[in-house]
Amino acid sequence: MGTFSDTTILVIIAAVKVAVVIGVLLTAIAYTTWLERKVVAHIQARWGPYLVGPHGLLQPLADGAKFILKEEIVPAEADKVIYWLAPFLGFVLACLSIAVIPFGEGFTLYGHPIQFQITDLNVGLLFVFAVTSLGVYSIALAGWSSNSKYPLFGGLRSSAQMISYELSLGLAVVGTLMMAGTLSLRGIVNAQSGFWHIAGVNTWMPHWYIFAQPIGFFVYFTSAIAETNRVPFDLPEGETELVGGYHTEYSSMKFAMFFMSEYANMVTVSCLATLLFFGGWHGPDFVWLPAIVRIFLPVFWFCLKIFCFMFFYIWMRGTLPRFRYDQLMSLGWKFLLPLGLLNILVTGFLIVWRG
Amino acid sequence: MSILFYIFAGVTVLAALNMVLQRTPVYSALSLIVVLCSLAVEYLLLGAEFMAVLQVIIYAGAIMVLFVFVIMLLNAGHEVPSHRSRLVKWLGAPIVGAFLVEMLMAIWEQFPPTSAAPPAHLDGSPAAIGHLLFKNYVLPFEVTSILILVAVLGAVVLAKKEF
Repeated sequence: MGTFSDTTILVIIAAVKVAVVIGVLLTAIAYTTWLERKVVAHIQARWGPYLVGPHGLLQPLADGAKFILKEEIVPAEADKVIYWLAPFLGFVLACLSIAVIPFGEGFTLYGHPIQFQITDLNVGLLFVFAVTSLGVYSIALAGWSSNSKYPLFGGLRSSAQMISYELSLGLAVVGTLMMAGTLSLRGIVNAQSGFWHIAGVNTWMPHWYIFAQPIGFFVYFTSAIAETNRVPFDLPEGETELVGGYHTEYSSMKFAMFFMSEYANMVTVSCLATLLFFGGWHGPDFVWLPAIVRIFLPVFWFCLKIFCFMFFYIWMRGTLPRFRYDQLMSLGWKFLLPLGLLNILVTGFLIVWRG
Repeated sequence: MSILFYIFAGVTVLAALNMVLQRTPVYSALSLIVVLCSLAVEYLLLGAEFMAVLQVIIYAGAIMVLFVFVIMLLNAGHEVPSHRSRLVKWLGAPIVGAFLVEMLMAIWEQFPPTSAAPPAHLDGSPAAIGHLLFKNYVLPFEVTSILILVAVLGAVVLAKKEF
């Protein structure tokens, strides 16, 4: 290792981390589609995909091959530049926010500390919000550039919905930030290590903010589902009223990219929920395990928590009916937003009162 | 670092030109978003991460979404030149020229820049900005909030009015 300069090694480490994280993310997205079809099928007493590979496990590969080989149809009256730009924009932004998500403590290799995170920004949480808030352009522009009425309706609905729910999404996490006192995601997770001590008594209850901020979590997760356009808030793509919503006129791989960005966004909001309310990578540590396993154990706990959220998403899809548009808007503005503000107020009072 | 600065400065200027010269409103709006985002990168290079992220969240992510939303809702197509009034024709160019000269003079005074590094006594962290806002500038901050609230109420009242 002596022949390389420090900068070279830093660049190599960063490149390897980016490659690994993006690879894992794309695989996870592919298998979430399989999980979704399988779980929804079982909820509805069907089999789901079972022909390609054991339990249909190779179905995502078959889907990918099919998407690439399908004929590409561009509407004649579409605005070509923006029509092409929209799916790429959405996908790139959806993958970008994973850059600041920490997965675990990290380890030291040949004297170089390696964190389980691509980069630790001191405004990491706001970075995720900034990237997510740009994601709305992908959907809005896709709807507009198709030059067709149903996609336009889908695009308009989604812009309105995402602007409305971004507010309560932001307000919901302020309580957590006030308790942690930092905007760095790694800092917020570190603030959640150990156990709750109530009146000086160790309760053996993990020091996760979900126990202190249940209302914050409720507001956060409800808004997050609306922000990712999932059931029961999937009005931008309601197939019974809008044919398919903003992606009606898209075909082949560009259509697939919208789906990939939707799943990537689901992974991101699940990551944030885990980091902000469920202690991130903290979990039981077993001393008797080999050292190499103990390094990766936090990553396992983190992935397990993400999996639970993803499963919950799919479970909701199999269970709940879709909201009406006016119900969606009044829920966001008249219920979640005031609740989020109230949560901040109460948290502030409690922090001042307890000193 | 200064290479990055010049790259994004170039992007900012080109996108701003494109915004003015485009005839399709959606393209203009998109160019403005590019301007705002590359300005955020410049803030980042100056060590002001908090301002950079806020720039993207508020301007690119919220205000410009509303612009695009309105353009889509009105389905505004190609812009056609209107019948310009005489006043615009005779006063427009001199006023723009005066502004240009003023800007060039302001830049000339600062040229060559004494240092490319951000001033050491300024801290761009969220905590530092929060302390400044809620200690030194709490009155202007609260007055601005009230102004914005009044503006919002006014907009709601005007929108509710039936003509």
